[in-house]
Amino acid sequence: MIKAILIFNNHGKPRLSKFYEHYTEDTEQQIIRETFHLVSKRDENVCNFLEGGMLIGGSDYKLIYRHYATLYFVFCVDSSESELGILDLIQVFVETLDKCFENVCELDLIFHVDKVHNILAEMVMGGMVLETNMNEIITQVDAQNKMEKSEVNQDLTYSLFYLPV
Amino acid sequence: MSDVVEKTLTALPSLLSLDSQPGSAKLSSTSKLGNLIRGITELTSKHEEEKLIQRELTSIKDQVSSPNTSMRQMKELMVRAIYCEMLGYEASFSYIHAIKLAQQGSVLDKRVGYLAVSLFLNESHELLLLLVNTVLKDLQSTNLIEVCMALTVVSQMFPKDMIPAILPLVEDKLNHPKEIIRRKAVLALYKFYLIAPNQVQHIHNKFRKALCDKDPGVMTASLHIYLQLIKENSEGYKDLTASFVTILKQVVGGKLPMDFNYHSVPAPWLQIQLLRILSLLGKNDQSTSEIMYEVLDESLRRAEMNHNITYAILYECVKCIYTIQPKSELLEKAAKCIGNFVLSPKINLKYLGLKALTYVVQQDPKLALQHQMTIIECLDHPDLIIKRETLELLFRITNGQNVTVIVEKMLDFLRISKDDYTTIDLVGKVAELAEKYPFETMNTVFSLGGDMMQPDIPNSFLKLLSEGFDSDEEDRKLRLFAVDSYVSLLQSEPNKLPQRFLQVISWVLGEYSHLSAELEPATVMTLLSKLLDLKHTSSETKSWVLMAMTKLCEGGVAISVAQDIYETHSSSMDTVLRQRAQELQHLSQDSELYLMGGVDSSLSFLDGFVSEALAAGAAPYKPPHQRQEELAQAKALSLEPYSLSLPISMSSCSIADRQSPTLMSMSSGLSGDSTDLSHKGGSTTLKLDGVKRVWGREGYLAQREPVEETAQVEVPSPLRSPSQQAEADSTQSQTPTPTVTPELEQDKQQLASSLFVGLGSQSSVCLMGKSDPTPQRFRRKAQGRASSSGASEKTPTSLGSTPSPVDNLLCNSLLDSNLVSEPTNQTPQASQSLDTTNGNCHEELTDVKENNPSLIHNNEEPDKPKDLCLSSHLPTELSGLSHSEITPLCSNQSVNLSACHVQKEDSLQLVIFIFNSSDSALQQMQLQVDSGELKVNYCLSLITDSPVEEVRSHSVAVCHYSVTVKRPSVHVEVLGMLSYQLPGGTPQTIQFSHKLPLTTFIRPLTLSTEEYGSMWLAFSQDTKQNLTLINDDQDPLTTTLNVLKKKLQLHVVEIIGVEGIVACQLVQDQPCLMHCRVHAGTLAVWLRSPVPDLPDCLLYHCQRALQEH
Repeated sequence: MIKAILIFNNHGKPRLSKFYEHYTEDTEQQIIRETFHLVSKRDENVCNFLEGGMLIGGSDYKLIYRHYATLYFVFCVDSSESELGILDLIQVFVETLDKCFENVCELDLIFHVDKVHNILAEMVMGGMVLETNMNEIITQVDAQNKMEKSEVNQDLTYSLFYLPV
Repeated sequence: MSDVVEKTLTALPSLLSLDSQPGSAKLSSTSKLGNLIRGITELTSKHEEEKLIQRELTSIKDQVSSPNTSMRQMKELMVRAIYCEMLGYEASFSYIHAIKLAQQGSVLDKRVGYLAVSLFLNESHELLLLLVNTVLKDLQSTNLIEVCMALTVVSQMFPKDMIPAILPLVEDKLNHPKEIIRRKAVLALYKFYLIAPNQVQHIHNKFRKALCDKDPGVMTASLHIYLQLIKENSEGYKDLTASFVTILKQVVGGKLPMDFNYHSVPAPWLQIQLLRILSLLGKNDQSTSEIMYEVLDESLRRAEMNHNITYAILYECVKCIYTIQPKSELLEKAAKCIGNFVLSPKINLKYLGLKALTYVVQQDPKLALQHQMTIIECLDHPDLIIKRETLELLFRITNGQNVTVIVEKMLDFLRISKDDYTTIDLVGKVAELAEKYPFETMNTVFSLGGDMMQPDIPNSFLKLLSEGFDSDEEDRKLRLFAVDSYVSLLQSEPNKLPQRFLQVISWVLGEYSHLSAELEPATVMTLLSKLLDLKHTSSETKSWVLMAMTKLCEGGVAISVAQDIYETHSSSMDTVLRQRAQELQHLSQDSELYLMGGVDSSLSFLDGFVSEALAAGAAPYKPPHQRQEELAQAKALSLEPYSLSLPISMSSCSIADRQSPTLMSMSSGLSGDSTDLSHKGGSTTLKLDGVKRVWGREGYLAQREPVEETAQVEVPSPLRSPSQQAEADSTQSQTPTPTVTPELEQDKQQLASSLFVGLGSQSSVCLMGKSDPTPQRFRRKAQGRASSSGASEKTPTSLGSTPSPVDNLLCNSLLDSNLVSEPTNQTPQASQSLDTTNGNCHEELTDVKENNPSLIHNNEEPDKPKDLCLSSHLPTELSGLSHSEITPLCSNQSVNLSACHVQKEDSLQLVIFIFNSSDSALQQMQLQVDSGELKVNYCLSLITDSPVEEVRSHSVAVCHYSVTVKRPSVHVEVLGMLSYQLPGGTPQTIQFSHKLPLTTFIRPLTLSTEEYGSMWLAFSQDTKQNLTLINDDQDPLTTTLNVLKKKLQLHVVEIIGVEGIVACQLVQDQPCLMHCRVHAGTLAVWLRSPVPDLPDCLLYHCQRALQEH
């Protein structure tokens, strides 16, 4: 099971947080802070796995993370997930984002939080890995976006969110 | 991916403020979210951010509640609210609006609404009730996207009590024509299963349908469920094994559409999932495991590509191979894979390699030996995670001999670790080791762990000291050692020690300082009284100290010290201290009172009370064991005493125990639960099975260690020589990094030898879990021979004069027919020699010498008859008994040594034949036999230690020993050395070793069920395991026990239903009891004995006996 998926930047600012288990608002914030603290002090050439901190539940839980330029992608999983499998899942996630946003950058994640969440929902559902095939994910997301476009064309303000960067 | 995320946050403000650009101008002026984000990025302090967000939230609040807000605006407001929530600011006012949006909006609005709901709410939120109808409606919608959204939100957050409302609809979705819907429905049902298993009980067959779905995606989703189901009950799904294997075969074989490939690996995640399922199914199940061997081999072979994801598959494969019933060639490949992981320069793979090693190390300690240098390097790795994983691995291979080094490493790590979680975890581990292996480093644990550690850690340490072990001498040494080390600690700097440690110290000194001859009680008193004066000493510690002093205050200086203390503390605010001081003063002055000891162990002062109570009709007191016996007699079946303590789920829990990688499978055995049980069973001794032996040497090892280490420098690591030589031969030898300087390398070598000591040589017991240890034993045996021949290089080695095993066999079958059955029916020569042997021992020797040449010359083939005549040389009192095959021990040009053993009721007779094959007589012959595990009694030695002994040319001398087991092990080894001199030559020696299986020492123990019951309770060493049951048509238990009875000479005491009790003894009265129960097709056995290691060793032989059957 995946317990949480967190994305934050090099300064620890959260860009996306999705918890598949219930924590209080305060705990969630603490988890984000603690995770950032744990992950950010790691060098570049160390392994991508970390034992979970106190909050997230100890040694049964693993933090598996990847660092892309300004962003950390962190998956918090329990022992039933394969470490390397999740590591590649992060890669699939990022590649999918890249396809959907055409050269994704931090700004995309900020301004299109909802879209990112929708993409994620096609990959992971209720903490379980649903789909690992990038093309399949994109097909699903596109199907939903088609409707969106027909609506967005009537609504200029929303399309302005889209910022080619 | 390097170009994917290029822009940094620093670019953000400038981008947003580029008003000249049309796009961004619009953004900054019209988008509220844009404004908000720009605002936040421009801020410098947390406080300002708070203010800004609060303002933002107020404005959102106003707008959402305004009736004029359109759905589209609402959607935008929700996104802003989500953003604020993500930053940690509560926007609870918007929750209800999110639900409304999900209810009322268009599909697109709904999507944002559902998203907001799933981010804002949790399963216990009351507003969730309002969502049920919306979800119901959407589940029935014809719009696929709506159905998907509903399923997603259902799997994210639906609570138990709402599941029945939507369950039928979700169930229906399993038949939906669209695969994506079916897939999401399967996952939603899986979630329901996790939350409320009972509610989805009825749709288990539908899960099977999902598993057979024509779409691989749906099938993949259903594997989540099966993984969980099989985890909970693997027995129920064995029938699916073949299906899973077929699926995996197809996937591995590339039968899936190309779409499922990831970096040209076919459906890797699916493979991982399947491998996990298979490992659960094949665990402890030979027949199921056999089904999957082929596909596992295939997976290993296919996963050769050098990509991350193939390693993920390989790792699962390896784990699976080590979890299921072992198959040697697969194990070999898996071990190679682990090697690749561990040696990989990629750090992630190294991490997984260490994890895999940790997982398999109990089954295959040699693997850790192979990679010892890598492991040593990992200990110094800059990555703390790697370091921790290495320590975890070391923790698993800890034994009596390397514990000091390993704990030292752990403590080193503890010193640099800043992480609370790691500290707690590691301190626990160190303490666990320390309790297992009490030793000096416990001091370090106390000093470092300080007052943060659990109070039961010092308590159990003290318990350990006070209850002691089996041998009084060792107890005394341990205590003395503790006293000495504590006194020196107090003399150096007591003010730095934590309170708990001081308490431990004072207790030990009070209790045991009298053991030390040169230590005056007064000195201890003075040391202790210093503690009282320390500023930071807590009053709790002070009372411990005073208690200790009370035990010591006798005569001389003590009186004045006690007086001083009394004066200072008699006015203490603490009443406890005051009382203690008072007691101390009284006792120190009244030596008679002191000598009385204060304890009347007969409790005579209660006599009056007791007689009164008895007169009033109270039942007389009975000690616990008597009560239990009476209880047992009262019942019809006297199995009661021990079956009382037999847990119902014993067999099932022991399956898990044995297989669990987290368990130490050292001889000390099986975790806490067995300890608890035996305590319940009335045993009062502390469970220290492995410990005792270890401490026996370990305590002194601490002092001896430097010597050992220097020895290692001189002779390159003798400790690991046997296994290391093997490693050097095999291809997987460790490759030291070339950059390391020789000295550093030597340091590491030393470290390695101290860390991995005992893994190779003592592994025989650990290997028990493995069903196929034969190849390894063979290898070891071969090494033994190699080394013995290497050691005997002083004499020229033989030129194949040792009879080959085939000859031997032939000869023996011959022997068995005419000698064993009918001793008188022998060849004339042999019987002649026999007749003479009946006389005098010395005479026999001479007779033999006279006889032998003729024998040799009469025969064309010298080997066979030599053996034949060897058996005829058996001592008279043994000649009527059946003897084992005569095995050659060693030989050189002039002598051949062979041995056999004869089992007698009360002992084992070891007979060694010395055949002089040279043309001249051997002179000054001396045979020394020795063994670590055996007690060798020179019962009847035909060759005495007198140097004049000689054996004439082509004749045989016989030595005959009676041996009993000192310390059980699977095979006991006898080492021997023969020294002799040829006329005119220099003295020569030849060495040999001979292994006797423990079974040769086992004799039936005849006792009644009642006796069995009471003995059972008294024994402390126990082991549990499941054995294979021999399934014939009628009664598998009886058949199995009969096989054991026949092969191992056990005595079957009684068989009742599915349970049976068996007893045996090691010669000279070392009993071992075995309780067997048929459970789920296996034989759950539980062995108990007062002798350490005996249950483990016996279990091993039982396993072998049943396998061979």
